[in-house]
Amino acid sequence: MTEEETVEETEDLIQEYSGPTSYGVPVTESHGQTVLHLMPHELLETVTLLKEEGFCMAIDVTAVDYLTHPGRKDLPDCIKPERFEVVISLINHSQGTRIRLRVQAGTDDPTVPSLFDLFPGTEAMEREVWDLFGVKFDGHPDHSRILLPDSWEGHPLRKDHDVGQIPVQFSSEVGRL
Amino acid sequence: MTDSKELLLGEPERVFRRDESPVLRLNEEEANALVGDPEAFDDDHRMILNMGPSHPSTHGVLRLMLEMEGETILRSKPVIGYLHTGMEKTAEGLSYLQGATNVTRMDYAAPLFSELAFSLATEKLLGLEIPPRATWIRMLMCELNRVSSHLLFQATNGMDLGAVSMMIYGWREREEVLRFFEKVTGLRMNHNYIRPGGVAADLPEGWEEDVKNLLEIIPPRLEEYDVLQTGQPIFRERLQGVGVLNPAEALALSATGPILRSTGYAWDLRRHAPYLAYDQVDFDVVVGTYGDCFDRFAIRLNEIRESLKIIEQILDRMPDGDYRIQNKKVTPPPRARIDESMEALIHHFKIFTEGFHVPEGEAYVAVESPRGELGCYIVSDGGPNPYRMHIRGPSFVNLQTLPHLMEGGLIADGVAVISSVDPIMGEVDR
Repeated sequence: MTEEETVEETEDLIQEYSGPTSYGVPVTESHGQTVLHLMPHELLETVTLLKEEGFCMAIDVTAVDYLTHPGRKDLPDCIKPERFEVVISLINHSQGTRIRLRVQAGTDDPTVPSLFDLFPGTEAMEREVWDLFGVKFDGHPDHSRILLPDSWEGHPLRKDHDVGQIPVQFSSEVGRL
Repeated sequence: MTDSKELLLGEPERVFRRDESPVLRLNEEEANALVGDPEAFDDDHRMILNMGPSHPSTHGVLRLMLEMEGETILRSKPVIGYLHTGMEKTAEGLSYLQGATNVTRMDYAAPLFSELAFSLATEKLLGLEIPPRATWIRMLMCELNRVSSHLLFQATNGMDLGAVSMMIYGWREREEVLRFFEKVTGLRMNHNYIRPGGVAADLPEGWEEDVKNLLEIIPPRLEEYDVLQTGQPIFRERLQGVGVLNPAEALALSATGPILRSTGYAWDLRRHAPYLAYDQVDFDVVVGTYGDCFDRFAIRLNEIRESLKIIEQILDRMPDGDYRIQNKKVTPPPRARIDESMEALIHHFKIFTEGFHVPEGEAYVAVESPRGELGCYIVSDGGPNPYRMHIRGPSFVNLQTLPHLMEGGLIADGVAVISSVDPIMGEVDR
């Protein structure tokens, strides 16, 4: 399926969706915390809106790989579950509220737009998500690994990346031993 | 937001720059090419310099890639990952009861805070309300931990700036606090004391005397620090006006804790989003004015005093009752019951082998650690292990302010700046 088709399909689903929405996207509640569900192409617009609303800080950016999960029951019907989900937490200091954005980033080639131009503090966190999950961030100023060496292969926090199967790599030792 | 507030916040444009940014966005190969090429820069004084990862002032294994002109830092990049051991991946293989042993090893100077965030997130998913005594014990231990962590900062910050005797004094007072921790939890560090459902054990006999003793010996020592550091012209000269950040820049860079507060912006989760019982105790949020290294130093020194104030109130108001929740689902049966009841034995066995199941869902909980907002995001698939456990490390995010703080400063000031950010590499790299 091409990206346009996916977008079209989601838009159809959203048109049929009758549940609660906030900032134009479906909203749910998880243990007293507000959660927005969105697609990557809606991210920049929604975050810009939230920033104008007073959400002054991007406190956290992380991701979850739902490959082996039995199935998420907390998504609204109009959201098509994808393997990778990028989770962004924003905080509003003047009202003391938090909001969490769950972005369905895709399955084969997960990509979401970078939030650098809105919140430059996400730079390191987005690099970490790329390093450990392999989720790409469009428009990131320094799209590189941060915790693992540049020569590392794979993204260890993916569920299909087993623990204990990778020998320790010392790049300088290649060819010397 | 009103106009006057925006004026107060200052301009954040500096940190948004992509070109001419103080962040040196080079990878190893590009940097090596520049180092090996004499023609790389037009200017003879310009060079790429490597600092760390084993450097006395880098607090562990932080490495900095610096672009220098003479002794002036133009651009810099913190290179991290030397302590990365995949603790978030490890957490997926541990039960919720074992999880606290894993997270406690992240921020090794303030281990109780990671345990607290992890336990609060688990309890949120379970929908548990823990007994008041457990809450107050957690608060007591966390505030003592804040004291010990800030004492460690006083020691290392003093040493980085040449006040070598501070290294010994700070360590001496910290050890007094750690001695109390050892008595309560059995270990000086990596306590695994705060667990989902409460704490591991009740406070030992005579804990009041020990805490009173700490409240007596630490304040006069802080006065000594003031004589040695705060009022010293040389010390002040090294810190004042060095590494300045304005509130808008700190907000844009997601900086939290003493770095954000040093800019004059009062934001402390204990006050503004209270957890545990912080809404029932009286304390002040310490803020700076100029956002420089001196403010960050002074905030941490005064936060010790505020924490002692909280501890004094906890001492007077510690409630009686259970130190952990009496919920069969998460609490193992008392040892004596196991000898007489087969069901208790099975129950004990189940909890320690399989672990307890946590309902499906996701939750994010944040606490104010000595370094800023420490968050824990847990996704549960209904099993006994977290499906995904993520720790939002305050040092990891705060480290991004380094290039902005060091821009245009001397390399000797760079050392003061690293020290004032107070990164704990165990939590940066996780």
